Amino acid sequence: MSDNTIPAVRAGVGEKKSPRENSLANHPLVQLTLVRFLEFIREPEALFWVFVFPVLLAAGLGIAFRNRPPEVLTIAAVTPELAQSLRQEKLLAVEQLDLQAAQEALRTGKVALLAVPGSGGAVEYRYDDTNPEGRAARLLADRAIQRAAGRVDPVATTDQLMREAGSRYIDFLIPGLLGMNLMGSAIWSMGFAIVDARRKKLLKRLVASPMPRAYYLLSFLLSRILLLVVEVGVLVGFGALLFHVPVRGSLFDLGVVCLLSSLSFSALGLLLASRARTIEAASGLMNVVMMPMWIASGVFFSSQKFPDVMQPVIKALPLTAVIDALRANMLQGSNLAQMAPQVGIIAFWLLVCFALALRIFRWR
Amino acid sequence: MPEVASKSALSARLLRKAYKDVVAVDGLNLELQAGECFGLLGPNGAGKTTTVEICEGLTQADSGEVEVLGRRWSSDAAQLRQRLGIQLQDTQLSEKLTVHETVRLFRSFFRQGAEASEVIARVQLEEKQNSRVGDLSGGQKQRLALACALVGDPDFLFLDEPTTGLDPQARRQLWDLIEEFKASGRTILLTTHYMDEAERLCDRVAIMDHGKVIALGTPRELIASTCAEQMVEFTAGSVSHALDVQALRRIAGVREVRTENGAVLLQVAELHTSVPALLAELTRQNVPLTELRTHSATLEDVFVTLTGRHLRDE
Repeated sequence: MSDNTIPAVRAGVGEKKSPRENSLANHPLVQLTLVRFLEFIREPEALFWVFVFPVLLAAGLGIAFRNRPPEVLTIAAVTPELAQSLRQEKLLAVEQLDLQAAQEALRTGKVALLAVPGSGGAVEYRYDDTNPEGRAARLLADRAIQRAAGRVDPVATTDQLMREAGSRYIDFLIPGLLGMNLMGSAIWSMGFAIVDARRKKLLKRLVASPMPRAYYLLSFLLSRILLLVVEVGVLVGFGALLFHVPVRGSLFDLGVVCLLSSLSFSALGLLLASRARTIEAASGLMNVVMMPMWIASGVFFSSQKFPDVMQPVIKALPLTAVIDALRANMLQGSNLAQMAPQVGIIAFWLLVCFALALRIFRWR
Repeated sequence: MPEVASKSALSARLLRKAYKDVVAVDGLNLELQAGECFGLLGPNGAGKTTTVEICEGLTQADSGEVEVLGRRWSSDAAQLRQRLGIQLQDTQLSEKLTVHETVRLFRSFFRQGAEASEVIARVQLEEKQNSRVGDLSGGQKQRLALACALVGDPDFLFLDEPTTGLDPQARRQLWDLIEEFKASGRTILLTTHYMDEAERLCDRVAIMDHGKVIALGTPRELIASTCAEQMVEFTAGSVSHALDVQALRRIAGVREVRTENGAVLLQVAELHTSVPALLAELTRQNVPLTELRTHSATLEDVFVTLTGRHLRDE
């Protein structure tokens, strides 16, 4: 039996190649990409970190920094005359208390400021200058007192309130989180998968087969693109539906920026994973590279807060360029030409990292 | 049948490979005929894996030449890879994929070969087709690795310690599969440190130690070349009646005497003359016999005779 089993199969190879077998589905690049994709979606932790965590983070921060109606500050006055003058200011709630009760209220934080008559018609404000509410109350109270006493402002001013979508913290935050997520998911998924395959000698086994090596690396980039649609869609959709975060630029441009960013971060991940033999070594390296960008690239607060001498370096970081481009597209409606400097930086990182990774990649 | 019949399937000349200050392969020559199953037998660290990986084009030798199926790695790597089936020592295939997905992936790399499900059936994993690789037993994983090596319908199969760590039943199952492939007339290069595996599967065996081939031939030839075909193992004596081992050397037909863990091993030409003589000698010394066994000499005995060590020492 054993004598003819294999030759029979062997002889049959020609005829057995059904049309399906020659189809696109059996192309090595398609198979490698499919396998990447399956491995990813069968990893519940990865799904959480890539899809659920950013949404939870955005939701949490969105709620914490939601826009509240302008707050009315409570202050205390010890004489009816002072209270009367202060009540002219709409943003102040004035309580008239005796001095002792007023001081007690100030100390316990029930009132932000205490107005006490001084000698000769003067007014004394008692407040904590390290408390923003105290300082704000000081400005409002003083304005009310001075106006009540007959001051006329020399310059006429009007207020226009900018409370529309696009200038709130959540609007700032969503593109930042999107950028951070693009970086994190690309680098983690790339880095871990490759180092794990190397550690398990799977990489060596694949190289021992006729698999074209470029396809292996390419399959990572392709599977990233598949996931990218979901990743970007979830976060942008979440922001739009729940917080009405705008996408003012074209969706096509946004897609191009996200795609280029993801490829660029994948190339960085590939570079970081190109030699490491253990997960520990690789994750240390990835953290060292990503940490400065989480802090400096303006995910949660503007990168402009850093000193001027650091700005050229910060601007050259890939995550800064990605987030700046995403904010320009979503909030200012910039097109690709207007984002050229950022797009250039992202493309530069893609080329340099990929070229370097190919040179030093350890296949076994 | 392969077109390379009666030709050399592999020829390696003066291979040398050193890692830092350890010489893993030291001027090694190998010649495999098409259609034979050739075994590299040796202890861990003998240089078997390095040798095989040089032949597989995975490791660059420091010097020496390799030709596989008449081609060289430097010029014909792509064509060569299509015709080789390779199973590496302790590769862990992706645990999250199913058996079928894994084989289908490997199938996609080859221009020819049977469909994935057919190869899976050949290694008797049909029932596990849709199981995750992570849920397979050690033997099933090794059969899957074999399937990945067979999926391109290779002319030449490299197996690096295919049954290490498996239980006896799983080993026999794998041996059957290897024999089936062998029966189709194609070439196998197999490394192992199990002498029974080499004796059962291999047409010819090269015994390796310290990066060199120290003996080469069919298992029968190698065993015969140690001069004695039978081994007698016994334990005898006690603290009060110590055995005079030197006296045993004078028994007719005894080629070699050595002691091991309190037991005495004799290499003898003929059991029917040497065993009665041994019993007579023990009676003369007045030493009680507690255990007596005989077996035909194996490759293990060949290795011990050649090196003074056991294959699975260290």
